[in-house]
Amino acid sequence: MLILPAGLAVAFLIGPLIGLLIVAPWAELPARLATPEVFAALRLSLWCATAATVLCLLLGVPLAWILARAEFPGRRVLRALVTLPLVLPPVVGGVALLLFLGRRGLVGEHLHTWFGVSIPFTVLAVVLAEAFVAMPFLVLSVEGALRGADRRFEEAAATLGASRRLVFRRITLPSVAPGVLAGAVLCWARALGEFGATITFAGSLPGETQTMPSAVYVALQTSPDDAVVLSLLLLTVCVLVLVSLRERWTGGLR
Amino acid sequence: MTRALFGLALGLCVLGSAGCGAVPGSVDGAAADRSSSGSPADGVPARQLTVFAAASLTEGFTELARRFEEANPGVSVRSSFAGSGTLVQQLEHGAPADVLATADVVTMDRAVEAGLTGTEPVVFATNRLQIAVPPDDPANVTRLADLAAPGNTIALCAVEVPCGAAAEEAFDRAGFEPAPDTREQDVKAVLTKVVLGEADAGLVYRTDVHSAGETVRGIDFTEADEVVNDYPIAVVADSPQARLAREFLDFARSETGHEVLADLGFGPP
Repeated sequence: MLILPAGLAVAFLIGPLIGLLIVAPWAELPARLATPEVFAALRLSLWCATAATVLCLLLGVPLAWILARAEFPGRRVLRALVTLPLVLPPVVGGVALLLFLGRRGLVGEHLHTWFGVSIPFTVLAVVLAEAFVAMPFLVLSVEGALRGADRRFEEAAATLGASRRLVFRRITLPSVAPGVLAGAVLCWARALGEFGATITFAGSLPGETQTMPSAVYVALQTSPDDAVVLSLLLLTVCVLVLVSLRERWTGGLR
Repeated sequence: MTRALFGLALGLCVLGSAGCGAVPGSVDGAAADRSSSGSPADGVPARQLTVFAAASLTEGFTELARRFEEANPGVSVRSSFAGSGTLVQQLEHGAPADVLATADVVTMDRAVEAGLTGTEPVVFATNRLQIAVPPDDPANVTRLADLAAPGNTIALCAVEVPCGAAAEEAFDRAGFEPAPDTREQDVKAVLTKVVLGEADAGLVYRTDVHSAGETVRGIDFTEADEVVNDYPIAVVADSPQARLAREFLDFARSETGHEVLADLGFGPP
């Protein structure tokens, strides 16, 4: 009885991707991929997604720990607020980033007048836009892992005289490592695919700030075949990510 | 100003992200209010015309659509504004539209070659480039050459879209390479970056500077007169409203149409 709608769901989710594979100009694939523009966009995308993930780890893991372990008023509100970028349309995220960190933004204005720093249209802007959109994935994943972790080990270590810092480093972190890893990989994939916030906040300059998704979008206007090839490349990367995660990516959110 | 905008954007999103997903200017609000299914009072069956027009035509065609609706009771015009290349690509993939107006002949020719047009395209307006700077002109931009200064933050259109192609030609004639910090997907995106003060200067059309009012200042440059954009318009092949689409075409090229467009800074064909 359920097999029909389930089959439809599979067709709906997999069909478009199969279409991409069928339409792809396989014969010209190497030639189209070997252009300096594609290479530059791919390198920038991989580099920025990785940098964004590192930034998310540095800031997101402590945040997740506070959300999971600390008791303070307004914790639920804070949790809702920091996961907002997850449901926010990315373009809106980009606009908000511009109004906050742009040269005339709330904070950006002072950065510009005091330090001469201008963030929009730079590689840093790409990283920040990606981190803004991807960090909630990591925070939720790590928070879920922390909530699921067995506190007794930490308590035992504490009674044996371990300092809080030692407990965190030797007990807490290793026990939630799978969750952190899964969150990081998801976060990386989300950052890699980020388009709306990036193009709004960082713009799109081939060879400088043009990431793969922006390149796909521009290519669609002039040479759809190129767009298909670029999409295939992104698709391959995403499949590799999912395969590497196997079932684990739901584990952190259980 | 920025603070207010920021609060507004955030407030909108907290209230519900439904409002955040809306693309500004994608559908003419006045047209959206009058549902196309309801018949107007005088018993004329409601007809809906879908117009795909270049981003630089946003103000002009919004006004044209309003007047066309006034002149034709029972007709509602839906307009979709985007980069010309994006529009052609959407049509290629079967987007339903009756009229296509692009910001240059090259892009329209792509549509003709792909068999997307049902009539021979005709030029209905012209446009020229202008340098747009924030009102206080923080980088002291006075001529085209200032867009090649690496110290300035410069926004240009992507070379794939008409405004970008026109900009390239202007730079070629002037004989130097620009130093852009971003290449946007359509001319309105370039304008926005200048309005927000995030770019020191951008190359847009005169009409865009006109539409931005006090928020930007336009600077003329010599090469602009040598690079004139022709705006062609055509009925889309297989348009379900072909006759109405033709009427809209004629309306755009009528005296009224020229008046509306001239008021916004467009030149005659």
